[in-house]
Amino acid sequence: MKTPSLSARRLAWLKIGVFVAALLPLAKLIGGGLTDALGANPIERITHDTGYWTLTFLMLTLSATPLRLLFGWYWPVRLRRMLGLFAFFYASLHFLIYLVLDQFFDWQAIGEDILKRPYISIGFSAFLLLIPLAVTSTDNMLRRLGGKRWQALHTLVYYIALGGVVHFAWLVKKDLSRPLAFAAVFLALLLIRWAHRHLRIRLRLKTAQ
Amino acid sequence: MKNRLSLSHADITPRQLFDQRRRLLKMAAGASLAAWWPATLLAAEKLAFSTSSAYGLSDEPTPYKAVTGYNNFYEFGTGKEDPARNAHSLRTRPWTVSVEGEVHKPKTFDIDQLLKLAPLEERIYRLRCVEAWSMVIPWIGYPLAELLKQVEPTGKAKFVEFVSLHDTQQMPGQRSSVLDWPYREGLRLDEAMHPLALLTFGLYGELLPNQNGAPVRMVIPWKYGFKSAKAIVKIRLTEHMPVTSWMRAGPDEYGFYANVNPEVDHPRWSQAKERRIGDFLKRPTLMFNGYAEQVAGLYAGMDLRRYF
Repeated sequence: MKTPSLSARRLAWLKIGVFVAALLPLAKLIGGGLTDALGANPIERITHDTGYWTLTFLMLTLSATPLRLLFGWYWPVRLRRMLGLFAFFYASLHFLIYLVLDQFFDWQAIGEDILKRPYISIGFSAFLLLIPLAVTSTDNMLRRLGGKRWQALHTLVYYIALGGVVHFAWLVKKDLSRPLAFAAVFLALLLIRWAHRHLRIRLRLKTAQ
Repeated sequence: MKNRLSLSHADITPRQLFDQRRRLLKMAAGASLAAWWPATLLAAEKLAFSTSSAYGLSDEPTPYKAVTGYNNFYEFGTGKEDPARNAHSLRTRPWTVSVEGEVHKPKTFDIDQLLKLAPLEERIYRLRCVEAWSMVIPWIGYPLAELLKQVEPTGKAKFVEFVSLHDTQQMPGQRSSVLDWPYREGLRLDEAMHPLALLTFGLYGELLPNQNGAPVRMVIPWKYGFKSAKAIVKIRLTEHMPVTSWMRAGPDEYGFYANVNPEVDHPRWSQAKERRIGDFLKRPTLMFNGYAEQVAGLYAGMDLRRYF
């Protein structure tokens, strides 16, 4: 079977395009900040938006494999590292905004938040777990760890995404529609993997016959 | 009770009022509902009120734009900016409020009757939302007690229940079952009779904008914002504690009293501090939102962790 792949040149352009697009949410926040267009509670807005984009990029990262499984596309896999690093980038912003703008280095309040409030504990844990994945995202680190160990480490991303969705759902006062939308996407992505695993077993049996 | 001088009306940016009136007029003219937008509303949009209120604050009022652009009013959507965007579909005239239940003289009041029932006062109150943000708002109204006296509560009356409008045509947020509609809130009778508990018709010198709870809402400044029912159509005096919408939605998280209390956290977030809209740094939350001197007596001997 022919695997549809992109030429190196087209892939480079695609990467540039995705890189620029991934910076748009940040540009929008900065622009909003400069023109005073972030509403009455800008810190809340920035916190929510960076959280939203963290989850979005996590879901995009996790959709690379399902897209390959469903449509045989390999190019999303080539973008996956960049998407994952953008998830980490927005998560870092989200955390820094909490640390600086929201709590203004009130370590006692932050400590209490992390220990006492489940949604903060989960969000903070998910952020901590993202760090080793970002650090080991380079080719060099992949080689040093060895494919198997690297792969095992990076399965953490499922727990991180789950943690992120729970973090969102748990902080919402009442309207769960947005966290549930993320949960639905996450579940769908897992289901595709699961369904394919079972399908592939059958396909193998067929070709073996 | 300690009396403080309120801010003089001149301290409140008249420019914003002016701009808002233009906006209101434009909205009324531009929207398709202009046809049935009652002329009386436009005419009566400025309110006559006294500024010599005994209750006031030296705090700087939150800008008009934030007060009217950042609202929790789930009847018009759960986003903070949804009410300002969607509340134009609410028709605030004609409007009646029925006062019933354990009263000797149940009565249905027309909104114009209500506006004239007692002298309107401006009161600058702190508003503390359970989500840990706060504002300072110049409300216009009179104590709910003025209304309750008129209907003469019976000896059995122990609680007051407020019921808000339920109309999915006018309130698009009610098409979602995010809360159990109609919105219900409640107070103990002595809380309701407290002079700080304000039956409110306006803010910043004009009639309440729809997104702020028009045409009539409660303002109970020592309690979290959600206790202050908006767009009230019914006030019922009862013998038993009513179940409020938020108690139904999350009994572990939202109690009947909902007094602002920095020492009792919401199960999921801290109440120790708050961000005043417009401020960068958070400030410590005050017991009973700073009204402890006036209202702490209502809760003498009560365990406020249990009766949260």
